[in-house]
Amino acid sequence: MAAPELLSDEGYRADGRRPAELRKVRARMGVFAQADGSAYIEQGNTKALAVVYGPHEMRGSRSKALPDRALVNCQYSMATFSTGERRRRPHGDRQAGELALHLKQTFEAAILTHLYPRSQIDIYVQILQADGGNYCACVNAATLAVMDAGIPMRDYVCACSAGLAEDTPLADRSPEEAAGGPRLVLALLPASGQIALLQLSARLHQERLEAALEAAGQACRALHAVLDRVVRDRLREVTALLGD
Amino acid sequence: MASVVLSEPEKLYIVHGVQEDLRVDGRGCEDYRCAEVETDVVSNTSGSARVKLGHTDILVGVKAEMGTPKLEKPDEGYLEFFVDCSANATPEFEGRGGEELGTEIANTLYRVFSSESSVDLKSLCINPREHCWVLYVDVLLLECGGNLFDAISIAVKAALFNTRIPKVRVLEDEEGSKEIELSDDPYDCIRLNVDDVPCIVTLSKIGYRHVVDATLQEEACSLASLLISVTSKGALTSMKKVGKGSLDPESIFEMMETGKRVGKSLHIALQKILDEEESLGTSRQKVGFLG
Repeated sequence: MAAPELLSDEGYRADGRRPAELRKVRARMGVFAQADGSAYIEQGNTKALAVVYGPHEMRGSRSKALPDRALVNCQYSMATFSTGERRRRPHGDRQAGELALHLKQTFEAAILTHLYPRSQIDIYVQILQADGGNYCACVNAATLAVMDAGIPMRDYVCACSAGLAEDTPLADRSPEEAAGGPRLVLALLPASGQIALLQLSARLHQERLEAALEAAGQACRALHAVLDRVVRDRLREVTALLGD
Repeated sequence: MASVVLSEPEKLYIVHGVQEDLRVDGRGCEDYRCAEVETDVVSNTSGSARVKLGHTDILVGVKAEMGTPKLEKPDEGYLEFFVDCSANATPEFEGRGGEELGTEIANTLYRVFSSESSVDLKSLCINPREHCWVLYVDVLLLECGGNLFDAISIAVKAALFNTRIPKVRVLEDEEGSKEIELSDDPYDCIRLNVDDVPCIVTLSKIGYRHVVDATLQEEACSLASLLISVTSKGALTSMKKVGKGSLDPESIFEMMETGKRVGKSLHIALQKILDEEESLGTSRQKVGFLG
């Protein structure tokens, strides 16, 4: 069977986007009042919520406390109704565990953990509606939530996926495009250009890696501009409420 | 559950306020907080609703899936409830921390919503003894700011109102084998009649009086509460006492009367919002979590 056509002859993708175009991103910080920080993001039809508690004292076993930095604790869960087929449980499966670990690594790289020794920062992300790029949406939402909590970070963390159609890299893959070709997930600290997470699944010729990486990097930088605007708008709103 | 720690003077302040029918946030004893209801927030469900009642935030998704009817009721579909107390609400719910509360709430929901009088389960049957619709009602607890049960019941009712189940036909060929055919038109669907779906009203006893829609602070002052489910006509369908304290029979009857009265006006207000949303149709601007 021939692979599904990812790019039309005119150079458009199945959902009408150009190869480097992202899906529509909408976000909001400060969704919940009780949490220390919270954010919500929509990327296309993928909807994710992130909540941050902390930095606070170690909960549960104190032996896990790190003497020189804060412990970043993550949980990734998907609402039972978020996927096409109903999920039996929201978290606790292998995939959720793996993604939580990835989130932890990503944010340990970004948060200035050494400022809070012997304490803990909880990041909980929840997918409300899954439509491709779940992990990326979670990272982006968590970045906003950590900022909302006022926890110092080196930089934003922006994540985006990329795929390849023949030689053309496709940014922010939709689930329909997931059927064909390799998949690259990149979490970038845009200001310094450092990579916090890089994951490539399926075989890819080394020569093409650079192009795919470049496309994902471009997409991350574009996302950074959107997230930055959300943060600035939010700050303006909050300071206006405080009355200068 | 998320709990707050109050000092004795703080408690006294709340109790005295309730005695004077003036609560900390300015409400009277029988007033609800301002509630926000929005339906159709998660597009890959059959029906969904989000309810924000004060700081309590609930998201409910209903998914219709095909299953086999239960043996004792071969010509009826059924509802399944699942409550996810997510870590979003409080870090205590991380991992398996929220399961106990989730099961408790789910069991209450079974009791309140699964009776024949609330939803017409016969309409969920496709093919007696073989196929029926199973409605998975999944409740996601995003933030708890007191009065969970009422908020959840409002959200479940709104989500059931919003639920659209695709129409199917059963085709039978000469050999007697049956085939299920899905309608081609995606707008060709069954709606549920939610007129008799009850709402839960929780009445918390504070001092000598009782209040509806208690906040977390008020719940900390209350020793016992009565949870009743009321239909839009004011009929009482189930009742449960919760909390560690005790109630005397007289106050239970008083609370029941209040509950019926408040429940009726709650139903009217909810139905009004749902009808308004419905009349806007696709022109409605979806707010979701962005507003």
